[in-house]
Amino acid sequence: MPEPAGITTDQVAHLARLSRLALADDELEALAAQLGVILGAVAQIGEVTDAADVPPTTHAVPVENVVRPDVVRPSLPPAAVLAGAPEAEDGRFRVPQILEDEDVEDSA
Amino acid sequence: MSTDLTRRTAAETAAAIAGREVSAVEVAQAHLDRIAAVDDRLHAFLHVDSEGALAQAARVDAGEVAGPLAGVPLALKDVLCTEGVPTTVGSKMLEGWRPPYDATVTARLKAAGVVILGKTNMDEFAMGSSTEHSAYGPTHNPWDLTRIPGGSGGGSAAAVAAYEAPLAVGTDTGGSIRQPAAVTGTIGVKPTYGGVSRYGLVAFSSSLDQAGPCARTVLDAALLHAVIAGHDPADSTSIDAPVPPVVEAARQGASGEGLAGLRVGVVRELSGEGYATGVQERFDEAVELLRGLGAEVREVSCPHFGYALAAYYLIAPSEASSNLARFDGVRYGLRVGDDGSRSLEEVTALTRGRGFGAEVKRRIVLGTYALSSGYYDAYYGQAQKVRTLITRDFTSAFEQVDVLVSPAAPTVAFPLGDKLADPLAMYRQDLATIPSNLYGGPAMSLPCGLSDGLPVGLQIMAPTMRDELLYRVGAAFEAARPAPVPPLSWES
Repeated sequence: MPEPAGITTDQVAHLARLSRLALADDELEALAAQLGVILGAVAQIGEVTDAADVPPTTHAVPVENVVRPDVVRPSLPPAAVLAGAPEAEDGRFRVPQILEDEDVEDSA
Repeated sequence: MSTDLTRRTAAETAAAIAGREVSAVEVAQAHLDRIAAVDDRLHAFLHVDSEGALAQAARVDAGEVAGPLAGVPLALKDVLCTEGVPTTVGSKMLEGWRPPYDATVTARLKAAGVVILGKTNMDEFAMGSSTEHSAYGPTHNPWDLTRIPGGSGGGSAAAVAAYEAPLAVGTDTGGSIRQPAAVTGTIGVKPTYGGVSRYGLVAFSSSLDQAGPCARTVLDAALLHAVIAGHDPADSTSIDAPVPPVVEAARQGASGEGLAGLRVGVVRELSGEGYATGVQERFDEAVELLRGLGAEVREVSCPHFGYALAAYYLIAPSEASSNLARFDGVRYGLRVGDDGSRSLEEVTALTRGRGFGAEVKRRIVLGTYALSSGYYDAYYGQAQKVRTLITRDFTSAFEQVDVLVSPAAPTVAFPLGDKLADPLAMYRQDLATIPSNLYGGPAMSLPCGLSDGLPVGLQIMAPTMRDELLYRVGAAFEAARPAPVPPLSWES
């Protein structure tokens, strides 16, 4: 069992980056304190000693390979879907820039 | 039958509409008027769809749709997609978003002639036990406006308790139907996982989320259960089997034949520390009442239930951290900081930092931690193994008894603001409800009296796909001890 208590602000900042959450400094500090308490409580899970040879449950209902007939069905109209997007252009979702300028030049 | 249309049960209302004693439009208008009169104080609704409700009611009156609940008004938790009608999940992230399609639950309600009045308030992304984590402000408990209505489905429970709607739909990941039912004196059922389609339900923790009925009577809950349940090819975890005979069981339970031969197990681990004295007293009386109805009562032990809360707060946030990755500011909802100078990644992080509230961020970061390399086995992996042990506890208990009982919530409704600074204290509200989510079996909360003038809930738990047992026991209990009626003293 890793040491649960005492999660640092730097660790929270790292987790926030992994989670794609831009957090203010005061949020990071508050989260570090709260997560320390919560992890201290949930670390109790390590006390369950008879779990060692038990298979994990990922789902309440064991179902596998659920398939449906391979038939063409109508899909949502593109305009209706794009109407909910923050920005759309030419029948597509418009996203912020994903390549640096030099990448664009390289590929041109 | 009450002359006030909003005081009637769903079954009474459906019969009156079918018998042409009253029109569906009159019933819908009476409830819309009720909402207009009281919801500024309750804040059970995030969006009222008067136009859609009256149009659907007119279709029922024109004979275009029929069924056991045709024309009955309903409040829908704002986590279920409604085509063209705002669906916010209690979050700023989806403010103003209008889904392009209906959830399967929504579609089934419409096809059954149910009149959807609007969308109810909830903790953001269904994470919470008080509705105080709603980005749009809390809902107030109709029993005492200074107290919480439970959560995350506090809006649905409050709407039903305050006669804004005879029926509501909630969703229950760790207790979000049952705990609000307990603290508002209403009935709430989490069906067997896979019993009700999750298609179009905005996902929090996909292996646990389940939609279910909220009502003021057990029969009404059963009628609604029967409408929304059943196999759906659009949800790969939907169970392909007949819906348990819930309506028949509710009628049987209410028939006065008692519970002779039924074996009831009192879960030893769901009592004692953490449970308020008044709650425990009402629960003990409820057990005596079940005995008086002929049930054979014994104590059973589920030794791993004490670890359910810890397992849940590792599994649910882990699944949430993955599920909520979809809110990236591209396909729906909010986008922040896209001024042409920032990368996609920066815009995504700014959008999520602004769009999500504190509790959602807390759970995403917690889940990311539990899933990260070096911690995965000790936290998430161990929690999934404990989930297996909790399931085995249920299985062996159900070899000895037919149903299990416990208090549904450890306390009565607490004052608004009381637990906001202490996330762990808030999480403990779900002590008794979480085991059924981890196992997947059905569970109900129904009123079993008052403590300090506030409702206490009795929880009944049954084996997977034996949902009808809840209704048989619940209806027999209700017939012997009718639910307390809220004084609504704030109205005068």
